[in-house]
Amino acid sequence: MEPVRPPRTDAPSEAAAASGSPDLVELLRSCGRGDEAAFARLYDATSSRVFGLAVRVVRDPAQAEEVAQEAFLEIWRTSGRFDPAKGSPLGWLLTIAHRKAVDRVRSAEAATRRDTTYHHQNQPVEHDSTAEAATASLEARRVRDALARLTQAQREALELAYFGGYTHTEVAAMLELPVGTAKTRIRDGLIRLRDTMGVGA
Amino acid sequence: MTEIHALSGAYAVDALDGDERARFEEHLAGCADCRSEVDSLREAAALLAETSAATPPAGLRDTVLTGITTVRPLPPEPAAAPVAAPVVSLRPRRRRRTVAWLAAAAAVVAIGGGAVVWQQVDEEQPSRIEQLQAAGDVQRYTLPVGDGSATVYRSEDLNEAAIVTKGVPPAPEGKEYVLWLQHGTMMTPAGVLPTGSDNKVFFSGDAATADAAAVSIEDAGTDPTTPSADVVAVFAFS
Repeated sequence: MEPVRPPRTDAPSEAAAASGSPDLVELLRSCGRGDEAAFARLYDATSSRVFGLAVRVVRDPAQAEEVAQEAFLEIWRTSGRFDPAKGSPLGWLLTIAHRKAVDRVRSAEAATRRDTTYHHQNQPVEHDSTAEAATASLEARRVRDALARLTQAQREALELAYFGGYTHTEVAAMLELPVGTAKTRIRDGLIRLRDTMGVGA
Repeated sequence: MTEIHALSGAYAVDALDGDERARFEEHLAGCADCRSEVDSLREAAALLAETSAATPPAGLRDTVLTGITTVRPLPPEPAAAPVAAPVVSLRPRRRRRTVAWLAAAAAVVAIGGGAVVWQQVDEEQPSRIEQLQAAGDVQRYTLPVGDGSATVYRSEDLNEAAIVTKGVPPAPEGKEYVLWLQHGTMMTPAGVLPTGSDNKVFFSGDAATADAAAVSIEDAGTDPTTPSADVVAVFAFS
């Protein structure tokens, strides 16, 4: 697994020296000015999350690799537009990676694969082999702990949407809910997760 | 809440189909409340990715780093035309510090660059903890714990780490705060905080090579070998 701390870098920025880890905001700013070395450090600090998320959503490692590559290119291209007032760097780049992964699974070529994956999506996170790489991570532990505070219904809907890449309408159909119920569960689940973990507004 | 507002969560996790997404984005452009909510829900959603981290294939790094050389980063967006809605305010960083984004680095804001204020108070022989705090390579990490705070000092030269707590709430009945050092994927117990809100305690074990220190709440007197899920603070070392 990736250690809790990000890898050491040779020339930490001043902010990084103070905070004890690479300052992703500063790295993104440098990327926006075309600094490829800064991007390499950004990659090293975030690639296991980006790739892990891609694998989780698209399942096929080869496709996940392509998705991660597309995501990083997009991150590089738009790095100058990251706005720290709106959220954390990691939140921003994982949003990009997630969108790429979802676009991939929704594309026609993936349609045939999806019918066979629903069963796996329903397995608890802990039993997923890709999650095992992260079991020792305290962050993962805290997130799981926070997820355990969601209702079963909220967690189910949220995981199908986020990790399964399904639309809320599809989630409603899969869970045999009236249309409109799934989106409420997804939102309520996210709000509870946000408040438990203390992120965001 | 209007119908369209209720789509914020689904939007934040990309669970809208193309038409709905376009409609919601149209709404978003004029609704500061929704923008703010979507931003915060995306932060929450991104936390889910913490549970699925996986080592990418070695070749991906080269592919990506080669790929960017042919792509020009976009310039910053032109200053937005004044919008009637107020600008979404910067969320308080303090709260975010409690979050498990340690690996993300951005969340961990060290205080004061490690300046040690009170080492000068006593002219006598400095105590062990004063020596640590005054070490040339000392690193300092502070996180809130309950209403109080905990600061970890670590010196690789001295191979020592210590935690200083202030105003930390008592552990629940029958529980205690246990200290941990992390080396790679291994969590090693490194001591127990005495009762009392203000303590200075050294971590036992190899502090110089540790990747992180942590505090968890455990059943008192059980000497656990792995931390429970109730981790109250993680200090990622540089």
